[in-house]
Parts: sequence; C-alpha cells; structure tokens
Amino acid sequence: MQLSELPVCGPWGEKHLLGLERLTASQLNTVFDLADQLKDLTCDGTERLSLLKGIVVANLFFENSTRTRTSFSLAARRLGADTVDFSASTSSLSKGETFIDTALTIEAMGVDMVVCRHRTPGAPHLLSRHLKAGVLNAGDGTHEHPTQGLLDIYTIRRHRGRIAGLTVALVGDIRHSRVARSNIHGLVKLGARVIVCGPSTLVPQEIRQLGVEVAWSLDDILPEVDCVNLLRVQFERQRGAFFPSITEYANLFGMNGDRIRRARKDLLVLAPGPINRGVELTPEVADGPHSVILDQVSNGLLIRMACLSLLAKERRAGQRGVA
Amino acid sequence: MTNLLITGGRVIDPASGRDGVADVLVLDGRITAIETSSAASAEARQGVSEIRQIDATGLIVSPGFIDPHVSLREPGYEEDESTASGTAAALAGGFTAIAAQTDTSPVLDNRSAAEFVRLQADRARNCRVYPLGAITKQHKGEELAEIGQLVQAGAVGFSDARHPVANSEVMRRALEYTRMFHRPVLHFAMVPELAEGGVMHEGFQSTRLGLRGIPAAAQDIMTGRDIALAELTGGRVHIMCVTTRDSVSRIRHARAIGTSVSCDVAPHHLLLTDEVMERFDTMYKFNPPLRTRDHLEALISGLKDGTITAISADHQPRAIEKKQVELDAAPFGSSGLETALGVCVRALIDPGYLTWPELIARLTVGPASVLGLPHGTLAIGQLADITLIDPAVRWTVDATRFKSAGRNTPFHGMTLTGQVAATIVAGEVRWQRE
Repeated sequence: MQLSELPVCGPWGEKHLLGLERLTASQLNTVFDLADQLKDLTCDGTERLSLLKGIVVANLFFENSTRTRTSFSLAARRLGADTVDFSASTSSLSKGETFIDTALTIEAMGVDMVVCRHRTPGAPHLLSRHLKAGVLNAGDGTHEHPTQGLLDIYTIRRHRGRIAGLTVALVGDIRHSRVARSNIHGLVKLGARVIVCGPSTLVPQEIRQLGVEVAWSLDDILPEVDCVNLLRVQFERQRGAFFPSITEYANLFGMNGDRIRRARKDLLVLAPGPINRGVELTPEVADGPHSVILDQVSNGLLIRMACLSLLAKERRAGQRGVA
Repeated sequence: MTNLLITGGRVIDPASGRDGVADVLVLDGRITAIETSSAASAEARQGVSEIRQIDATGLIVSPGFIDPHVSLREPGYEEDESTASGTAAALAGGFTAIAAQTDTSPVLDNRSAAEFVRLQADRARNCRVYPLGAITKQHKGEELAEIGQLVQAGAVGFSDARHPVANSEVMRRALEYTRMFHRPVLHFAMVPELAEGGVMHEGFQSTRLGLRGIPAAAQDIMTGRDIALAELTGGRVHIMCVTTRDSVSRIRHARAIGTSVSCDVAPHHLLLTDEVMERFDTMYKFNPPLRTRDHLEALISGLKDGTITAISADHQPRAIEKKQVELDAAPFGSSGLETALGVCVRALIDPGYLTWPELIARLTVGPASVLGLPHGTLAIGQLADITLIDPAVRWTVDATRFKSAGRNTPFHGMTLTGQVAATIVAGEVRWQRE
C-alpha cells in the first residue's frame, strides 16, 4: 500500500504535531478513524505495512523515556520507516552544542520526521521553526504530550464508542502534567465533561479557564464519573513539597478497592504510566476488571502510527507542492 | 564645535513647564538662550562667529534622556556588550547620560572597578556614564560593599543588579549607610524563593503553557518590605522595573505619606503581555516577566499620576547564541536602549495615555532626580544635553542594525512611530540618524 492510498477520511493539514490545543474536533476524529483503519490493516498490529518506506524518523529524546520512545520506534517500523535514535539524558548544552544545532545536525543526515521529547515546554515548537522536517512532540516538559492525550481519548472511545457526554476525571498532579493538558484540550473539544481533581497545591485555579471543573475530593466526584485517568505523581518535576507525604496522597487520591466499589459499575480506569503501584492506584485496581491500562499501551502504537502517517502524507504533499 | 543654534523645533522642557516652538542657542556647550522669535535669537547669537545651525522644524527638542540602570557588561561579558557599543546604543536611543549597572565580572563593588567604567566611557566618548556601585560584595547579599569608597570613585547609586538583597537586615544597613552619602539604593524587588525557576508571569497563561511562573506577589512582597525599611531607616529606595498593580499602589501610598521611595518601569512592560509566551520565544523572557493587561494598565496609571517617575530601557544585552536555546536555559532581558522611545510612543502616546511632556519628563528629569544628576532640563546655564525627536516618522526595528552588540529584542520587525533624530552632548552632536 502506498502513502497516497492511506484511508484518511477527514481533515488534517498539519505539518507538525505540537499539541492538541491547536487541533479541531474533526482533526482529532481523523486521527482516531485512521487508528481504527490501521488496526484492521495490520491485523491488530501484527503485520507490517510499507506506507512509510524510504522515510526516516529520528527519535530525539533529551529526557529519559523508555516507553514512549519504544512505542514511537515500533510504530515507525511497523509502517516501514527507518528509525534513528538519539538520546541525551541531559540537554546537549552541557556538551557546548545548542539544542537547535543538535537537531540541525541530525536533520542534515536526511531525516523526514523528528520525534522530540524534551524537559522544556516549547522545545518542539522551537525545532519546528528551525527544521524542515515534520516535528512530533513526544512530551515537552509540563506543557503537552499530544500522542498520550490522543491514545487516552482513543482508548475511551474504543470502549464507549463516543466521547461527547461522558464525564472524565483527571486525578493527580495537574500542575506538572503534560498529559493532563493534552487530555483537557482533546476531551473538551470532543464534548466531554472534564473534572480535574488533586491536592489544591497541584491543581492551579486558573485551569478552569480551559473549560474544566476543579474538585479537591475524589470521593465527592467518583459517583458521577465514567472514566478516571490517574496521572503519575511527578516527583521529579516538583519544586519543594506540594503535599505532606505519599501515604497521605494515596489516602486522599489513590484509587483502591474501596473507591472502586463506590464508583459506577462500568467505570474505566486509565493510567498513562509508568504507574507508582500503591500511590496512584493499588495493584488490585491496576490489574482489575475496570483497568484499561494495557489497552492504552497497544492503542498508543496505533495512534502513533496514525500520527506518523498523517504527518508523512502532509510532508509528501508539501514536497510535491514545492516541486 | 560646541556652539549650536537649533531652530524651529517644539521645545519641551518638563522641568520648567516649557512647551512651544522656540530656538535654542548653545554656547560653549551650555544652554545660553531659548527664544521664541527669530529676531531675538539672532540678537542672542550676535558676535558668535562659529556656530552650527540645525533646523529642527517638525522635531521635538527635548532634554537628553537619562537611563538609571544600563548593563554595559564590561568587564567580563564582552560577548554581550562593551562600554563602547553600549554607549553608542544609548546615543542612538537618545540617551545622553546613563548609570552603569554593576553586573560585570568582577562585580562593580570596589573603587577601581568604578574608575574603570569611567575610563572606558571616556575612551568611548559617547554619552555620559555614571557608575553605580554594588550594595553588597559580589552581589552575595551578605556584606556591604565599600560604599563610601565607591562614592569617592563616582558611584551615583547602589544596586546589586538582578540579585535581590533577600536578607532584610542587610538591606536595612544598606539603606542606613547610603543615607550619609545621599545616594539611593536601586533594588530588584523580588522574593527569590517565589521566583526561582520561573520563566514567565504566573497566571492562566503559565498554567496553559506548562511554564513555571513568577507570581506578582514575588515583587509585591519585596516592594512592601523595602518601603517598610525605607520608613524605618530614612534611606532612599528605588524599585527597578515595577510590573505589578499592587507594587504600584504600595509605592503610590508610601510616596503620599512622604516615604523616600521611587520606581521605574521598562518600555516592554508597557506594551507586551504574557499572552506572547505561547510562541515559546526566548526574546519574550523577562525578569520581572511580562504581566497581564490589568497589571499593564496599573503601570500606565502609575506613570500618569507620577507614582512612577522614571522609565528605564532596562538594557540587558546578550550575545544572540545565549538566547537561541530552550526557554529555561535562556537568559532574561532585552537590548532595550534603541527601541525605548519608539516602544514608549506606541504604548503611551499613540493610545493617548500620556502627552509628550509627560513622557519626556519620565525619560529626563524623573531619572535625573532619582540619581541626583545635574541633567534632564533645558534650563539656561545647564550643559546642553539635548535629544531631537522626530515624533511622526514611522520606522521598522531591525536588530541587525543595532549599535548595541546585543541583538536580543522582542521588537525586531515591528513598525514604530517616533524616532531619535539627533543626540547632543554638551552642545556636540554625537549621533544623528542617517
């Protein structure tokens, strides 16, 4: 199958995927519909396609990540692309080379798309202004993580068949969570009711202006919730102490068996991971019938395949336009 | 040549309240006469054989601008700026006198460092340069610098540049000690622990963008403390770069009850708000950060009612490669001298918030009185430091043509109204636009 035969139904037109904030509801649905198609075309992800044959995808990870990088690599290879990995646990600045120079160097090796993970918000935006390659944000600090947002929402859509009208709670460290921001933008656009819930030190009041409700008690909102997304406590991004102890956090905001029994029977439990068992959720919940955590991982692959194909298609169209 | 006749310009001298078309006669570098009729000015210049005449029709004749704190970065950071390039930028921006900030390496905290600044300024022969001295040794906020000897070396005020003096006891002693030299303390009022790691204003935009914020309270709390210490000690404190509504109202109240507190504001804080941060562009990274519209409006009313007596370009030149990095790694600030006037016109004159005499007062007599400098007016007998302003011309900011070595500006490519036509120091035309 050729890239031009890709079964895209719906609008796209984006050269880069930097965040969900700038996407429309129909663009989001384009990604989800394509992910559905790719699931069938690859026989649930077991077969390789050659859609991206000859395309080189570079993974530029300036921050540690095993899961996201593996998922992107696998997605690219399933589509027939070549991948190169570039990791730097710290910013390349420590070596005296600027981040942009590093990216330009890698692009000069003939790269079509760059998947970028960086600890600083806006780093992929900076790249998109300097590179000709398509840039895919794989998480920029505490700003956005668009493919994670997409895969979370896609997982809900696959289980419920819709997003509009559902009540979704994002629980935990909202302040430092890029996953929360991407989820909020996507869910609100698609018509969900979104409640953000966590310790008041980690839920900025201004977040309401993004169209969400704020709650400080998980027990109060639980009966109304269709899906709960348990965000990881970002110990590494916190400056000082935002709550007194892990035990107190788990006590107030951890999802455990008791809370599950008080929730709706069909509650979906999501967690973007990596999870801290015993903190955000107990093993009983993580491995229980409400949990869709492993579905998220396999859907992540489909979503990343869809995003890479859409960007590649856009790039092809752009190149033809220039020629 | 130090004899000059500037004819036909609109002479604005806020110190004397003068605002009208007149001829300005400069003899031997000093203002000798300001005459409204050409017959009178012809008479005044009688017997003067060698005189340069400048037709200032359509221009504003203003006292030379004065900036109370300019980072010249020399010695130690010559990749950012030198005394020669910084003072050339000052002239191009209409500034005839500047106070040199202490953020050099080594820190400007001793007599020889202050004398070096003056020596380099003499060599550059651009605008007048008055050194500031550090409040504390090496900006550490622990021990007072040798303030008395710095005064002897010409320091006109004391500042630890971007380093807040967090320890209230140290600040108290600094305000007490500087009293006996009649010099102000120029403080960067910011609670360090509230501002730490921040790259922008804390509020909805920082929440939306996931960027660490610097809350308005970080400035308000320190401003409040400084006012209390000024009341306690009778010392003079000047808050550099106010950006918040509450700081303005605290200073307004303190001034009303006679406390010796003054403050300045930077042009970019009058024009830009935190919404621009969505571009993740390091050129918008300032400390204090760009705030929201309501703070900006409070700054404008503070300028209007005289709470804010001075405008400082808050010149922070940086080598461009230092800004071409991730947002958190980039330094704060912009190269501001050459855009100060145009940005002020855009922010204050164009929308009708301030009149020309009000704006000029904040660029001249206001900062002169903060530092106790004998400039900023067009009084007869004064040194003829004069800035000619073309108030109507439209021009586009081109950072690549800056005199400053610092090309870091958020205004590159912006079209502004109002430009400096010529800058005159002691009757000598030191800079003229092409």
